[in-house]
Amino acid sequence: MKIWHFSEMAYHPAWPQLGDSYRVIIPSRLYDPKVGADLYHRYLNEWALCDELGINIMTNEHHATATCADSVCTIPMAILARETKRVRLLALGMPIGNRNDPIRVAEEYSMLDVISRGRIEMGFVKGVPFEISPANTNPAELTERFWEAHDLILKAMTSHDGPFNWEGTHFHYRQVNVWPRPWQQPHPPVWMPVGSTGSAMEAAERGMTIGVLNTGWVRTPPIFEAYRKKAAEAGRPITQERLAYMALIGVGHTREEGWRRADQILGYSRTSGIVAPQFMNPPGYASPALSAQALKTSGGGFRAGRIQSRDGRNIDPRTMSVEDAIDAGLVFAGTPDDVLDQLRAFYDHVGGFGHLLMMGQGGLLDHDETVANLTLFSREVLPRVDNLAVM
Amino acid sequence: MERIQINELSFEVLTAGDGPPLLFLHGGDYFAQHREFFDRLARHWRVVVPRHPGFGNSERPHGFRTVHDLAYLYLDLLERGDLGKATLVGSSFGGWVALEMCIRCVDRIDRLVLIDSVGVKFGGREERDIADIYALASEEVLRRSFFDPARMAPDYARLSDDELTAIARDRQATALYGWRPYMHNPGLRQWLHRVSVPTLVIWGENDGVVTQDYGHKLCRSLPNSRFEAIREAGHYPQIERPDEVADAIGRFASAEVL
Repeated sequence: MKIWHFSEMAYHPAWPQLGDSYRVIIPSRLYDPKVGADLYHRYLNEWALCDELGINIMTNEHHATATCADSVCTIPMAILARETKRVRLLALGMPIGNRNDPIRVAEEYSMLDVISRGRIEMGFVKGVPFEISPANTNPAELTERFWEAHDLILKAMTSHDGPFNWEGTHFHYRQVNVWPRPWQQPHPPVWMPVGSTGSAMEAAERGMTIGVLNTGWVRTPPIFEAYRKKAAEAGRPITQERLAYMALIGVGHTREEGWRRADQILGYSRTSGIVAPQFMNPPGYASPALSAQALKTSGGGFRAGRIQSRDGRNIDPRTMSVEDAIDAGLVFAGTPDDVLDQLRAFYDHVGGFGHLLMMGQGGLLDHDETVANLTLFSREVLPRVDNLAVM
Repeated sequence: MERIQINELSFEVLTAGDGPPLLFLHGGDYFAQHREFFDRLARHWRVVVPRHPGFGNSERPHGFRTVHDLAYLYLDLLERGDLGKATLVGSSFGGWVALEMCIRCVDRIDRLVLIDSVGVKFGGREERDIADIYALASEEVLRRSFFDPARMAPDYARLSDDELTAIARDRQATALYGWRPYMHNPGLRQWLHRVSVPTLVIWGENDGVVTQDYGHKLCRSLPNSRFEAIREAGHYPQIERPDEVADAIGRFASAEVL
C-alpha cells in the first residue's frame, strides 16, 4: 500500500474571527502575509520531511477560504519537485472544470513531471459546489466542461507531432502544441476524487485512480464496489492500485497521545463544511432530482454534510469527537497498533485499496507535533502496511 | 399542459382564454405562482405561455445554450402565423428573451410589455445592475423578490416531487442561460433602437433584484416606450398584483398612441 501525506495548508489563525462561513465571502484582511509565509514554509518543510520518511506527498486546492490556503495546487508541487528526490507527488488536484485554460493545466503538469523526473501523479477535480462562486463558472455546465477539459489535456500531453485542432463545446484552440512533453509515457497517472457511485463508474470506465474522501465506513463500500463492477464491465483489470482512501491519522506513543493529535487534525473536518448555505448547491450543480429533495428538506441549499456512524447515526462533523470519527471510519488514531488495527478493519470492510491518503496534518496540529506524527507513522506503521490483505 | 412542436423541438405550452394573442415569456422562478395572473389575462386575451427549453418539463436540445436560441425559437413560433400579430410580454429573464426577439424582428409583434426585465448592462464594470441572487441567502432573495415575502414564499415542504423537480429544472436552466455574463448580453444595449414597437415598461416599486432606477434606464433606452410602476410589488408584480398588471397591459393595448 502506498501512503501519501496530505495537508490543506490551513490558515487557522483567522478561524476564531470567522462566523457562519469559512469560505467564499471572508475578507482577506483577516490574512496576515507574515504569519501566512511562516505557515507556508512550515507546511512545505513537513512535506520535504516526507521524502526522508518514505511517505509520498499530496496537495490540493481550494479558493477564497481560510481552511485551505493552498489556492494553486501546483505551486507547492513545483517547490517540492526540486526539493524532494524520491517520493511521488500527487496533486488532487486541479479543478479543470473551473479553470478557463486546460492547455495551461497540461503545461503545468508536464513541466512538473519533467522537473521531478517522472514523479507526478495528476488529479483532475470537478470541485465542491462552493468552488463555483470564486471561479464564476456555470454550474449547469460543470460536468460537461470537466470531461471536455480532461479529454483535451490528455490529448495535448500525448500528442507529439505538432499542433492539432480543438473546437469543442467549451474550449477552442486551433494550434494545440504543449511543450514540454511529460517525462512519464504516455502521461502521468490520472486521479479523480469521487464521492458517489456515479462518479466512480465514470472513473472506472477510463481507468482513473479514485481518491475517496470523507465518505467513511458507510458510504465508501458502495463507491469502491461500483468502481470494481464498472472496471470489470469495461474489461479493465481490477487492481487495488486504482483505489485510494483518505483518513485523518493521529499516531502516538500512547493511545492518549495519538487521540490528542487526531483531535487537533479534526479541526479540518470541523471547519471544512462551514459554508453559507447559498453556496452549497448552486443551481445545476446537482441533478434536479437531488435539488428537489434539498428544497423539500431545507427550503434551499444543501445542509452541511453529515457523517454516519457504523450503526447509521448522523454525526455532525462540526462537533464530532475522535471516538465518533474513528467509529465513522474518518480517523485512524492511537498507538501504532491501534492505527493498524483500525486501518486493517476498514481495509477488510471495503474490500481493500491500494493508497492511503493520510491527513497527517490538519487544523491546529503544530509543526513539532506534525513531525512527531509523521515520523512515528513512518517508523512503526509504514513498514507493516504491506501485510494488509483482504480477509 | 399541452406540448408544441417547432422544428425538431417539443416543449410545454400553457394556453388559456380567447381574444387577441398574448405571448408571455416567464422568468427564472416562481412559475407556479402565476395562475391568478394567467386567469386574469385569459378574460381578454388568448394567452400562450411556453415553458422555455430546459425549464419545467420542456427538454433542452444540446445546442440550446444561450438566450439567442430562445429568441429564435419564439420568432419561429410567431412565424408559424396562427397567432397573428401578438402582444409580447416578458418578465425578468423572459423580458431579456423578448428584447432579443425584438432587436431581430418585430414583424409579428404588435406591442411589447417588459415586466422587471433583465438583459441589459447599464453600469460600469464594478457596478452590479442585477442582484447576484446566487450569492444571497434564500431569505434575502425572497425579500428582494417580493413586497410581501411572508405571503408569497412557497412552502416547498408541501409540494410534490414533480413540482419540486420542475422548480429545480427552472433554476438549473436559468443558471445555464444566464450565469455568465450575469443575466445580460453585453452587446444588447447597442441594438435597443431596433425595438421599434410600442413598449410598456412595468416595474414593481419594491423590486430589489433590479431596481426601478434600472427600469427607468431601460425605458429611456427604448425608442417608443413608457413606464408604469406597480405599488407594493417586488420583482414579480404580476404575481403580487395580478389585477393591476393585467389592467396596465389592457390599457396599454387599447391606447391609440403612447
